[in-house]
Amino acid sequence: MDLKTLTYIVVGLSFALYIGIAIWSKASSTGEFYVAGKGVHPVANGMATAADWMSAASFISMAGLIAFLGYGGSVYLMGWTGGYVLLAMLLAPYLRKYGKFTVPEFIGDRYYSKAARLVAVVCLIFISFTYVAGQMRGVGIVFSRFLEVDLITGLIVGMGIVFVYAVLGGMKGITYTQVAQYCVLIVAYTVPAVFIAFNLTGNPIPQIAFGSVITAESAAHNGQFMLDALNDIVTELGFIEYTEGGKSMIDMFAITVALMVGTAGLPHVIVRFFTVPRVRDARASAGWALLFIALLYTVAPSVGAMARYNLTTTVQTGEVGSPDGNLVYEDRPAWMERWEATGLLSFEDKNGDGRIQYYNDKSADEEFLARAEEWGWQGNELVVDRDIMVLANPEIARLPDWVIALVAAGGIAAALSTAAGLLLVISSGISHDLLKGTVTPGISEKTELLAGRIAVAVAILIAGYLGYNPPGFVAQVVAFAFGLAASSLFPVILMGIFSKKINREGAIAGMLTGLVFTMGYIILYKGVFIEPVIDNVRENWLFGISPEGIGAVGMALNFLVAFLVSKVTAEPPDHIQHLVEDIRTPRVTTAAE
Amino acid sequence: MSDSSGNGKDAYWKANITLIAVSLVIWFVVSYGFGILLHDQLNAIQFGGFRLGFWFAQQGAIYVFLILIAVYALRMNALDRKHGVDEQ
Repeated sequence: MDLKTLTYIVVGLSFALYIGIAIWSKASSTGEFYVAGKGVHPVANGMATAADWMSAASFISMAGLIAFLGYGGSVYLMGWTGGYVLLAMLLAPYLRKYGKFTVPEFIGDRYYSKAARLVAVVCLIFISFTYVAGQMRGVGIVFSRFLEVDLITGLIVGMGIVFVYAVLGGMKGITYTQVAQYCVLIVAYTVPAVFIAFNLTGNPIPQIAFGSVITAESAAHNGQFMLDALNDIVTELGFIEYTEGGKSMIDMFAITVALMVGTAGLPHVIVRFFTVPRVRDARASAGWALLFIALLYTVAPSVGAMARYNLTTTVQTGEVGSPDGNLVYEDRPAWMERWEATGLLSFEDKNGDGRIQYYNDKSADEEFLARAEEWGWQGNELVVDRDIMVLANPEIARLPDWVIALVAAGGIAAALSTAAGLLLVISSGISHDLLKGTVTPGISEKTELLAGRIAVAVAILIAGYLGYNPPGFVAQVVAFAFGLAASSLFPVILMGIFSKKINREGAIAGMLTGLVFTMGYIILYKGVFIEPVIDNVRENWLFGISPEGIGAVGMALNFLVAFLVSKVTAEPPDHIQHLVEDIRTPRVTTAAE
Repeated sequence: MSDSSGNGKDAYWKANITLIAVSLVIWFVVSYGFGILLHDQLNAIQFGGFRLGFWFAQQGAIYVFLILIAVYALRMNALDRKHGVDEQ
């Protein structure tokens, strides 16, 4: 059976599974639609949260980013896991105790203000759409490479599947499909990693393998530690050491803060903790979620390092600088040819020697560049899109076809599960917070449920459009989503729980300050919607913090402004102070107490 | 609200805040401390095939996060019962 047929079968089976689950778990009330009737087991919720959280970016892009950034890529590993500590201790249990459906609803109630709720809904919709567009692009890449269909066909199939289970099942359907999707994606991610780790080092555990000695007979660095070998070869090629710097310390610090706090402030993650039966389940669930996430996140850096090593040594077959040390283009492996066809990998023979030179031609080391010129190298000749590293990995390691098919199904599972979670918070923001909460409070539960389903359908169409016509800024806006979540939603939720004194005026002023500052900074440097106003280089950054990390500053401003404004305006009314007391303890107290 | 339950709740909340503060100090030290601020110094220490600062940034911090949440969840369940605020 050829690879394409096999991939169709594996991906088709996974789709059948998701749809089966959706039909089995159809939602019949708004409670089931928004929060799965609050009846999800913490372990299942942990898995669903992990699938919800790990997007196409985690599955497809992250290991590739780490492969090329080395130590600098650590910001994603720490940033996207450390947020769960904040969630487990600072947000999830209290929001579960509060016990309603959406994040803006909490903000609106705690700050006794429809305006606060509206600001929160706007932040939520912006954050979530940004994210969804990225998922749809991920679906598109997987479809076009593995199923060899056009992007548009791939998108329609993907949208159709999400449509069935999100519209039909709401949060209930999404939760149980996410559990299935987690299983598919984690197996798909780990299996190739185990094979590659074993081939390279003889140790099948990826987390340990990248700190082990290379034992592969064919490898030139046989007997050396993997990371030492990698450091040697990349520095010989003019890159910075794999295990050292790249970003400045303050920038790494700020980006990690923005990603951690942003993670904790993302509405589609927070809302997952509304679905468990009890407060203690919310805490346990955050732990399970991080465990399931860590299974992928501790493998990813190993995959990144091994992929970088394999790619570099595939091209640099002999000693650096020797005339026959580089791969002859005509002899390139088949996987390179296949990825060239997608345009995500390209070769240009700049010095006309028929061999591939892959090195850092923008190195700061003048001596190295002079040496490279002596060797007759006239610039880097290989361009590799970071996104293909995970997808190409099984092919690079010459793994059997079923593994490649599995990776395709895993990539689609990662993208679909996240897209569904995001679409649901968009729809609940519209039907529950905008319609029911603000515009037409009188509607019945049945009408609200219908409105929720229509909102999901419309959101899917918009997301599909964004996936097909990715606005030039899709890559940039990832920084946007985290920065906004960190600087707008997280601080007001946190203060709403841990302070009784922060009031309506303080919260609104804080959210708007965080939002405007962060958005403004990113637009100035990255030029979303407009051309960048200021060159996005380190010399121009405020305190040396890049737009990716600026959410950290926005968050601090939000806290500061909320605190100052609350000081000079009236305290929150008594019943709000009681509400805060109430959400701090798990036991439900009776009104008479 | 009766006095005794009020005190119970205050003590409960104080114990919770202390636990969170200790956990977050550890959270900060392993990620921002070992992984970023002290990365260069710790990298001088080799540990198997890893440099220690690099290992904390790409592996160690995540393991510690997991332990922190597990310990917090268990300790809070005990605190809930001790102060009589657990869900029945």
